[in-house]
Amino acid sequence: MLLIECPYCGVKAEETELSPGYEAHLKRFGPGSTDEEFEAYMFARKNPKGVHFERWRHSYGCGKWFLAARCTATLEVFGTYPAQVGEPPADIIEKIKARRPDWKGYK
Amino acid sequence: MSTRLSKGGRLIDRSAAMEFTFNGKRMKGYRGDSLAAALLANDQMLVGRSFKYHRPRGIVAAGPEEPNALVNLGSGGRLEPNQRVTVTELFDGLEASSQNHWPSLEFDVGVANNYVSRFLPAGFYYKTFIHPRPFWKHVFEPIIRQSAGLGKAPKDRDADRYEQAYAFCDLLVVGGGIAGLQAALVAGKAGARVILLEQHAHWGGRAPVDGDVIDGKPAGQWVDEAVAALSAMANVTLRDRCMAAGVYDHGYVLADEKVADHTPGDGRPKHRLWRIRAGRILTATGAIERPLSFAGNDIPGVMLAASVRDYVVNWAVSPGDRTVVVTNNDDGYRTAIALKEAGLSVPAIVDARANPSGDLVAKARALGLRIEAGRGVAKVKGGKRVTSVAICLQAGEGAVIDEIACDAVAMSGGWSPVVHLWSHCGGKLVWDTVNAHFRPDPARPPLNHDGGALVYAAGSANGAMKAAEALVDATAQAQAAVAALGLKPAAAMAPVAEAVAEGPMEAVWIMPQGAPVELKSKMWLDYQNDVKVSDVQLAAREGYESVEHTKRYTTLGMATDQGKLSNINGLAVLANALNEDIPQVGTTTFRPPYTPVTLGALAGEARGEIFQPLRRTPMHAWHERNGAYFEPVGLWRRPYCFPRTGETHAQAVVREVNNTRSALGLLDASTLGKIIVKGPDAGKFLDMLYTGVMSTLPVGKCRYGLMCNEQGFLSDDGVVARIDEDTWLCHTTSGGADRIHGWMEDWLQCEWWDWKVYTANVTEQYAQVAVVGPNARKVLEKLGGMDVSKEALPFMGWADGTLGGFPCRVYRISFSGELSYEIAVPASHGAAFWEALHTAGAEFGAMPYGTEALHVMRAEKGFIMIGDETDGTVIPQDLNLDWAISKKKADFLGKRGQQRNFLASPDRWKLVGFETLDGSVIPDGSYIIAPGVNANGQGNTQGRVTSTYYSPTLKRGIAMGLLKRGPERMGEVVEFNTVTGATVKARVVDQVFYDKDGEKQNV
Repeated sequence: MLLIECPYCGVKAEETELSPGYEAHLKRFGPGSTDEEFEAYMFARKNPKGVHFERWRHSYGCGKWFLAARCTATLEVFGTYPAQVGEPPADIIEKIKARRPDWKGYK
Repeated sequence: MSTRLSKGGRLIDRSAAMEFTFNGKRMKGYRGDSLAAALLANDQMLVGRSFKYHRPRGIVAAGPEEPNALVNLGSGGRLEPNQRVTVTELFDGLEASSQNHWPSLEFDVGVANNYVSRFLPAGFYYKTFIHPRPFWKHVFEPIIRQSAGLGKAPKDRDADRYEQAYAFCDLLVVGGGIAGLQAALVAGKAGARVILLEQHAHWGGRAPVDGDVIDGKPAGQWVDEAVAALSAMANVTLRDRCMAAGVYDHGYVLADEKVADHTPGDGRPKHRLWRIRAGRILTATGAIERPLSFAGNDIPGVMLAASVRDYVVNWAVSPGDRTVVVTNNDDGYRTAIALKEAGLSVPAIVDARANPSGDLVAKARALGLRIEAGRGVAKVKGGKRVTSVAICLQAGEGAVIDEIACDAVAMSGGWSPVVHLWSHCGGKLVWDTVNAHFRPDPARPPLNHDGGALVYAAGSANGAMKAAEALVDATAQAQAAVAALGLKPAAAMAPVAEAVAEGPMEAVWIMPQGAPVELKSKMWLDYQNDVKVSDVQLAAREGYESVEHTKRYTTLGMATDQGKLSNINGLAVLANALNEDIPQVGTTTFRPPYTPVTLGALAGEARGEIFQPLRRTPMHAWHERNGAYFEPVGLWRRPYCFPRTGETHAQAVVREVNNTRSALGLLDASTLGKIIVKGPDAGKFLDMLYTGVMSTLPVGKCRYGLMCNEQGFLSDDGVVARIDEDTWLCHTTSGGADRIHGWMEDWLQCEWWDWKVYTANVTEQYAQVAVVGPNARKVLEKLGGMDVSKEALPFMGWADGTLGGFPCRVYRISFSGELSYEIAVPASHGAAFWEALHTAGAEFGAMPYGTEALHVMRAEKGFIMIGDETDGTVIPQDLNLDWAISKKKADFLGKRGQQRNFLASPDRWKLVGFETLDGSVIPDGSYIIAPGVNANGQGNTQGRVTSTYYSPTLKRGIAMGLLKRGPERMGEVVEFNTVTGATVKARVVDQVFYDKDGEKQNV
């Protein structure tokens, strides 16, 4: 059972306090987008074995959605940050690079 | 025979005699006995039958690894099947009975399987599936069902209670042997919060039995002092009888404390399940001895060598008068020496190694014991008890050199570290060629959330097999763990255990090495599931190269002991058969729990009334008083109907519908979701959320709305009311309130976080009553207060005011087709308001109605229900709800999804109504038959029923359903299937069966 710190309330929350929200930093494609764009938005997930950016909601705590950078293979959590950003914060990127020199970046 | 020795027994109290029964036979034991020790003391070696061949089976081990000695324990509400006698503490009055035999343990009919065993080879079960096809159904399945299972499931309700508790620590040490105690001492002295768990009721593990000497003291004394020192530390918690069942992500550990297994009925919880969150975990879980694979190694009386020693030293029980020791390592000699020193006969030590050496070998020689070096066991003879062993050259093919009479065989095939907890969260193993076992790979531990090691293994669990090494290792591992926790380990010298020079062990996987097939088919690997060397070799020949496949094909290691004795031997046999190295073949996956955890402990207090939290409306008590029959709606309990004396539920529903349509019905609608959406951008937000337009809704008005997910599939529906310029109230389905509130928050927080919108789920802040029927206005006017006339409060309007003195908000909305007011009052007024309506409504024929009448009336009216007409693959257009979808809006959630071409296909299954030709009710779940069959030979379908009821209003069966091109096929007759094979014919009609023009609701 994962332990993930909520960046809003600072609580080190157990997984049972959280709801998963799957991959983070997706760009929404609405009306006017091509079938390929919409398909990618709806269905194409990276599902990496390794560094993953994902959405969590502190459902049974403060209720806030936040984002986490986590290794899906080792379950190492590199950091959590508020959902109101377009891309991961620089310090978390640096931390991941230090821990995973082969990492190709989040895009 | 096995018997109690007159002296010794470090764990028993001879002054406290206890009586127990086995298969109804009265027996005696002492406090401190395990049930296994007490059975052996009463010469009860035969304790069960094997699963497949029903061969007689005796006690093999002395700990949780025991595969054979499973019994039914207790009776009635305290009956527990499959209890291992080796870990069952004896208590006065204990009742045990053997399992898996008929009619009796001594005479068992199923043993016939033993004589046809060559027709029950590996994969027998799977082969029965293949051909001839009818044989599975008529021959194999009945036989297998008859013989499946070991113990019988209890019939009575569990008489005990169980509890669960949370605990937190810096370091969790699992295992109270010398390594675990030393690790806890190191961490405790460093100031870490330590929890130390031991599965048995006594501390110290093997060291006191093995006669180790630590810091010049007997191991037992060192253990007592260590336990005393730890007990004195405020930051250390010791817990015995507590088995760490599993290690989970980020230091979460489940542990099962057997609080009152040995004191049943004393009022304490039987088990306490601990949910421990540990910063780091240190496993000092010891090692398990492996059997040797020789013919007849399953005959009662053949036991693990160290377990034989345990029985002699711990409980003063001799498993046999004459015990032959068979070994491939020096530890087996400890057993020979212990037996000899207890005055028992050891006719021979059969050592597979050509040149045994070392201190223990020398001591055995000095005691005058006969050592047969380079020899193996060709065969053990005996039926329900060992009578002799035939010995042969280990390097040969089993030609018998000598036969030695004996009544017990102590075997030692080496030791395997208990790596289960290390492996649960992904810790990797490395093959140790010196000791021929897998041990934790220190370079690849399971990881914690910070990327550091989560688990440290210490002592023999880490491959440090001797006491001296184990103490050094435990000290080092504990220091590493403490440092990783950010604490300073105190400079500590490891205690020094006297070194015993031991010769190297020699891996022996088959005895003798060149055994022919008739011997290999009597060499048991897995005692409980009856898997033999020949079965694993057959699996390899049949192409099962992966250890995971071989496991499932042969059932090796799949019994309740999970292969604690058999796995390593089995995969070594597989590796040999495949001509591969053992590490290449690898192990199967270790999964929790380490030993079985009873469902009672996992359920804890969550049973009966408090199985799960219940949500009750403010009127719940009234419903209970008035005989409501409840149904679950999420965590809510809603009245399904209010049956009167002598009425069936179906009759009650008919009455409730008729009364509501003709007079006055009252529905507790409090569970309806109510979400306030407020802010300058609330209108814009709701226009994105709903398929229709909500921003243009005038204050004081209501509008029906649909919500879709991004794929365009219908997700929820409800009536939205505009409260003021920047406030809307969104009604959701009863089951959907929390989900939809979360959905709103998701978009507001993660996508449109700069929009100024606030949401609040106020579902439980209001009680809501639907006042429905031709007399609805009359009762409200009688209560008095606000104007509820058609002019002041028209259909799809709402108003605030008071009724009968209650502050309320009244919505003119209808889910039944009748004149209807849904009235929200603050939750605290709910019960009183509900009663006031009943009192005032009595003269107008007021009756409560339940959810089933609600469903029937909405179906008569052709209204959809989320979850009935929708299933996550239905778009609003399928339900002819195009009118509720804005064509003008550039965007809303689901708009792009609905533009996908397959959703625009005219061949979609679309909503229509159905009238059965014979007036019957179409069964729930029926499909509409189409001509022909599909690629799998199954009949084609062209639609399905989604709502089907007896309509009291129309006095016939009515239904809604989805039919291919449905609306184009009005008047056509289609056929629905049923489970009996018969079909029901129904005519396709408009989905609105009642008051098509809406004249009744709009008065």
